[in-house]
Amino acid sequence: MPKDTGIGAATVRREDVRFLTGTGEYTDDITLAKQTYAVFARSTVAHGTIKSIDTSAAEVMPGVLAVFTGEDFAEVGGNPAGWLINSRDGEPMKEPKRPVLAHGKVRHVGDAYAAVIAETVQQARDAVEAIEADIEEFDAIVDMNAALSGSNYVHDEIGTNQCFDWGWIEDNREATDNAIKNAHHVTTLELVNNRLVPNAMEPRASIGSYKASTGEYTLHTTSQNPHLTRLLISAFVLGIPENMLTVIAPDVGGGFGSKIYHYGEEALVLAAAKRLNRPVKWTADRTESFLTDAHGRDHVTKIELALDKDGKFLAFRTDTKANVGAYLSNFSTATPTFLHGTLMAGNYTVPLVYVNVKAVFTNTAPVDAYRGAGRPEATYSIERVIDKAARELGMDPIELRRKNFVKPDQYPFASAAGLEYDAGNYDALMDKMEEVADVAGFAARRAESEKNGKLRGFGVNAYIEACGIAPSNLVGVLGSRVGLYDAATVRVNATGNLSVMVGAHSHGQGHETAFPQVVAEMLGIDPAVIDIVHGDTSKIPFGMGTYGSRSLAVCGSAVVRATEKIINKAKKIAGHMLEASEHDITLADGVFSVSGTDKSVTFGEVALKAYIPHEYPLEDIEPGLEETAFYDPANFTYPSGAYACEVEVDPETGKVTVERMTAVDDFGNVINPMIVTGQVQGGLAQGIGQALLENTSYDENGQLLSASYMDYTMPRADDLPMFAVDHSQGTPCTHNPLGVKGCGEAGAIGSPPTVVNAVIDALQSGGKDVTHIDMPVSPARVWEAMQ
Amino acid sequence: MTKVTMTVNGKTVSGDVEGRTLLASFLRDDQGLTGTHIGCDTSQCGACVVHVDGVAVKSCTMLAAEADGATVDTIEGQANADGSLNVIQQAFQDHHGLQCGFCTPGMVMSAAALLKENPKPSEQEIREYLEGNICRCTGYHNIVKAIMAASGQDVTAIAAE
Repeated sequence: MPKDTGIGAATVRREDVRFLTGTGEYTDDITLAKQTYAVFARSTVAHGTIKSIDTSAAEVMPGVLAVFTGEDFAEVGGNPAGWLINSRDGEPMKEPKRPVLAHGKVRHVGDAYAAVIAETVQQARDAVEAIEADIEEFDAIVDMNAALSGSNYVHDEIGTNQCFDWGWIEDNREATDNAIKNAHHVTTLELVNNRLVPNAMEPRASIGSYKASTGEYTLHTTSQNPHLTRLLISAFVLGIPENMLTVIAPDVGGGFGSKIYHYGEEALVLAAAKRLNRPVKWTADRTESFLTDAHGRDHVTKIELALDKDGKFLAFRTDTKANVGAYLSNFSTATPTFLHGTLMAGNYTVPLVYVNVKAVFTNTAPVDAYRGAGRPEATYSIERVIDKAARELGMDPIELRRKNFVKPDQYPFASAAGLEYDAGNYDALMDKMEEVADVAGFAARRAESEKNGKLRGFGVNAYIEACGIAPSNLVGVLGSRVGLYDAATVRVNATGNLSVMVGAHSHGQGHETAFPQVVAEMLGIDPAVIDIVHGDTSKIPFGMGTYGSRSLAVCGSAVVRATEKIINKAKKIAGHMLEASEHDITLADGVFSVSGTDKSVTFGEVALKAYIPHEYPLEDIEPGLEETAFYDPANFTYPSGAYACEVEVDPETGKVTVERMTAVDDFGNVINPMIVTGQVQGGLAQGIGQALLENTSYDENGQLLSASYMDYTMPRADDLPMFAVDHSQGTPCTHNPLGVKGCGEAGAIGSPPTVVNAVIDALQSGGKDVTHIDMPVSPARVWEAMQ
Repeated sequence: MTKVTMTVNGKTVSGDVEGRTLLASFLRDDQGLTGTHIGCDTSQCGACVVHVDGVAVKSCTMLAAEADGATVDTIEGQANADGSLNVIQQAFQDHHGLQCGFCTPGMVMSAAALLKENPKPSEQEIREYLEGNICRCTGYHNIVKAIMAASGQDVTAIAAE
């Protein structure tokens, strides 16, 4: 029986009411008293030296209050990289400074070199037009091969465009080479993991304000992790004491990674607010978002899979060039390395993995984590080359995968890429996928499509990913400059309702509904009396934010730990009230009872006693009922899945239509199945978008050709089918208290190779010897491949 | 500056606007109706859909001056008189047809316009009608389902969740 409350209930979301009535409060909806507006002057060339910037005409335009250039920030710090990667030779990565405003050089189209603050946004926009910038243009560095071979550098001071040359696992390099040299069969695939723009529907926006009387700054901003933004601004960029800066991320309209990072606009509005002693607001337009939000993916990869004569995998060897763009965004160095290379064993018992990643600076927008962050790239490479191998060997692609799966009795399983998988059952997922996707009925559906002149293909995929990042001790060894725990405070108020302050930030994930389900289940009380507080550094203890499918697995675990502390203290209070030992007190359905007696007090009575401590053992128990926990995970969580896709290809036009899409995922225990299903559906749409529609296209001059919704193909309602989503085969995570695994990125990780595998299957069924088409698999590319 | 007067959510409002002021900006900045969102610059995303004289309009493509004398309905005026969610809003909540909520006002306003002209749309008709409303969170599955449910159609058979 499905539950109607607590853990496992498909509770509808409480936050929906404000969003459905237009009363949500996003950053751009906020207007502070005496607010002014910032508009940025952005480079129209990809690469050039700033010879001079003449702001004199702009400064006297109507309403203009101030004009800033890079010169104003020459003495402050830069926006740092959060993860140090060392090259194979031991050399640390190159870390050129990323200033608040471009200084000396502009390095990508959209790079901001000046900002105007004015009374109205229109006045600021008009004044930006009056800024005269003399920029000497250089050849743009766009292609990664050219970047690595030439002597034209994005950052002249480092004398190379290579950020690092990373090997994983370096000790396996020779053995992997030998395995590939001596194998019965080697399948090779060269592919491009196309560059994507995250495209949260809410453009980035920030409001800086400053209180001269106390020296306090406040930043309202579109952030997935306000505490990290505060830390970066305080410790690295502006040097504002951390306790003098409040960062508030109110309702945030989607992130998908792009709002993890600190951006220069946030620092600018804070500095300008102080100078003017007035709030300063900036809101991106969509073109600015395309030009300056951190992009995702952009890998060029060669992958080889060695197999023995029975189809057992012997080794994966990968050679990847990863575009990091013009500057290092905060997690840009972790994404193509430890979030990618460590997944290159997939769901398989393959004994050897070697990955080489060269990260390359180019005159393009910075590239960082976008939904999935490294794991989609890993999954795409592995699952495409396996499919190709199956065709070369004449084996069934499902059977080839099953032959190499880690089996349920092998956990914990040490993968050849250095991770320890704690739990899973990949065969059970594949079984369920075959059932839900009705694999048995495919032949009939294909015949029907062929009758209509269409080619029909079936594609399959098995993925594993590592999320719920991450154990701080482990990532510290690997180069992370931050800890990746999270925190929660559970505050029981005197009247018995609760405020739960969480470090995770909800921007679509439904935390305001799901977290109370956990606390309510533990305390046996009505979730309606539990309120979640998030997104304001002045209200919550600390937090590392929401990304890497970590909210429930990490912050939710902190909520559990804090609630356990509440229960322990409440039992002491109840024991005192009931004149019994705390060890004899049990909690059920919101009532504390003395075991074996009919004596009891309610949770509400205990809460009241904690705040009105009359007849209270003050020598043993403090008044109040509020507890904080920090939770640092022991391992990643490892969601896995089996996906299936059926496409129809129109041989006349090359157009691909997704007819059926099935996702069977193992997320361990599920708190709110409705929300989990929604997360998967959204991920599937983004994955199908990557596979068929979305591409970020720079021309040879570094101009972004796909900088609006007229040019960048976002998935629309009529591009997608209904999805079949199943998460009935969960194997609980063994190391977090809820047994949960992250679900936020799975759909975007599992779906791209599934779709492309289906397209190849369709084309081969039509007698076409097509073994690969790069994403997006557009009608033009399919048609060309068929000729 | 031009003075404009219009009926917004049943109330007569007026304000002075520049010739270039968009209806979306007038609603958001002058009227404080920030439920109408601006998600793009090219009239593609549909987060700003409102009804002008009963017709769905992207309020970023219309000048405030053009709406002078018109009747404008926004997301803030959609709930029932007692403040409860209307049928479409309730269906979006019941079927998890929203996540971050940013595209939601436009989706609800488009859905209302669709159901007015086509009270029992098919799945395909809904998908085609929503061409001009982009959602990045939901993959549209639950939006389509919610609109079908709001139109009184049985959605229990719609694929798994």
